Amino acid sequence: MITFEDVTKRYRDGTVAVADLSLEVPTGAITVFVGPSGCGKTTSLRMINRMIDATSGRITLDGQDVREIDPPTLRRGIGYVIQQAGLFPHRKIVDNVATVPYLLGWSKRKARARAMDLLELVGLDPGLAGRYPFQLSGGQQQRVGVARALAADPPVLLMDEPFSAVDPIVRASLQDELLRLQSELRKTIVFVTHDIDEAVKLGDTVAVMRVGGRLAQMAGPATLLTEPADDFVREFLGRDRGIRRLSFISAKEVRLRPAPSDLATDEDGRPLGWRTANGLAAYGTFTPETDSLRAALDAALLSANGTAVAVDEEGRVRGVAGRDAIDELLAEYAPPASGGSGEGSSGDGSSEEAPA
Amino acid sequence: MNWLAGFFGDPAHWSGPDGIPVRLLEHLEFSAGAFLVAALIAVPLGLLIGHTGRGALLVVVAANAARALPTLGLLVLVVLLAGVGTVLPVLIPLIVLAVPPILVNTYEGVRGVDADLRDAAYGMGLRGRQVLFQTLTPVALPLILLGLRLAAIQVVSTATVAAFVGLGGLGRFIIDGLATKTYADVVGGAVLVAALALAVQLGFVLLDRVAVSPGVRQVR
Ligand SMILES: Nc1ncnc2c1ncn2[C@@H]1O[C@H](COP(=O)(O)OP(=O)(O)OP(=O)(O)O)[C@@H](O)[C@H]1O
Ligand SMILES: [Mg+2]
Repeated sequence: MITFEDVTKRYRDGTVAVADLSLEVPTGAITVFVGPSGCGKTTSLRMINRMIDATSGRITLDGQDVREIDPPTLRRGIGYVIQQAGLFPHRKIVDNVATVPYLLGWSKRKARARAMDLLELVGLDPGLAGRYPFQLSGGQQQRVGVARALAADPPVLLMDEPFSAVDPIVRASLQDELLRLQSELRKTIVFVTHDIDEAVKLGDTVAVMRVGGRLAQMAGPATLLTEPADDFVREFLGRDRGIRRLSFISAKEVRLRPAPSDLATDEDGRPLGWRTANGLAAYGTFTPETDSLRAALDAALLSANGTAVAVDEEGRVRGVAGRDAIDELLAEYAPPASGGSGEGSSGDGSSEEAPA
Repeated sequence: MNWLAGFFGDPAHWSGPDGIPVRLLEHLEFSAGAFLVAALIAVPLGLLIGHTGRGALLVVVAANAARALPTLGLLVLVVLLAGVGTVLPVLIPLIVLAVPPILVNTYEGVRGVDADLRDAAYGMGLRGRQVLFQTLTPVALPLILLGLRLAAIQVVSTATVAAFVGLGGLGRFIIDGLATKTYADVVGGAVLVAALALAVQLGFVLLDRVAVSPGVRQVR
């Protein structure tokens, strides 16, 4: 566990980047620091591995004050990934990944073998091992950056906007990859981003910061979306909070009924469309085991008759769910009555401030 | 062309204490000596100033002094101070000539390394010295070698001034040739100096191939 206890960072020019920050980063989970530009996310992150030293307060790592540890030693035990990957241009990919093992004095053979395993782990072709960084795409370089951070198997990983320099499609795949990795590795990850969607997608816990390095709210993503602490958080979360929250509810519980005869299927049982007088009409599908309620609702909205088609992993029809079935589940997960977010998604919170 | 044939075709020019081999060797001795001393001073200094950021003013001063300093004038001055006949008066101006390009390029090379890369190196847990030698130096190497090459070529070309103070080297052919109006010797000596400069250039191109990582080589 990492704890911040009344941590303040005042730069030499007087800028207070972080003020009295106290929070706990739980072990084995992803904690995201999110907030507008300049709010002190990077500063907070870099105080953990002492790339920056706090002006006052204490940061502890498993109970030990990081200030008691010599910085290079501390850093070798903490994976660090930065936005521009920061790969060593003069070293081959395999040797980039093996950087920390080399520093720790592993033999070249062992370090390289470990590096090859990691390339595979982050989904890179081992054939890239002998290349130099300039011969890789931005997305591949970021994967190498992640592999390098993981090389010595550190329990803690610090990531500062690692995916913000790549295009949205690559970013989404890197995010998915990180979640897959994390489900295997269970590292303590502190992830910095200014992108709230990324925060909500990746974070087990999301710490929303406001300018001046003050913590506005720290909560799980679903709670954050339903119960923002104040106007700042509500505004920062942006539009469609209600819909976005559905991403955190599994579609497993949606009550299915058998597929009606007007759903046309092929011989393997895959859907073809809804039979109508004018031929086959559009349909939407979701996979209850892996999809969210948001996907189920989306499928219903895509279907000509408002009924979502549930399919298994192979795409074969398992049943259907009408709006009534989806509504039923929505009601179950309705925000708490006292949650204070009864207003529309435009986020007019003024009514809450009114005295009772 | 006749001059060249006369100079290189004369068997007398290929042996004896004032033959081409001996003069060439002398020339190389001055040059290599001055170049090595300059490199030993300027490379570590450039690395250190570039890495710590302290003493950058020294680099600026050196760069400007290099443009202003008359090598021949300095030579005469040092001869007046040290006396004729020793090798020192030749070495000092050559060293003074060679230090600035090495110092400036080494410094610029290290300074110019991407701040994110430097940051990443520290972030991985490299210590200051490891950052310098395992990251900054290999990445700055093309510029460091450029500085060394410029210095080496200048030294080799300028070492002809040794002849002014009665020492050997290829400059002898030029000075003596001018004195005795033996123009074949003047041209022959000049061609030898030019060839030597070319050889140095070639040597550095090869060194660049071997020493610089393909990951940082500029042309690809
Ligand atoms: N070395 C420094 N000296 C002075 N002020 C600094 C320094 N580094 C950062 N700051 C200031 O501290 C504040 C917080 O900076 P920080 O880099 O932590 O923000 P951030 O939340 O990471 O922003 P971004 O999303 O833009 O990366 C900003 O106002 C910034 O200008
Ligand atoms: Mg930042």
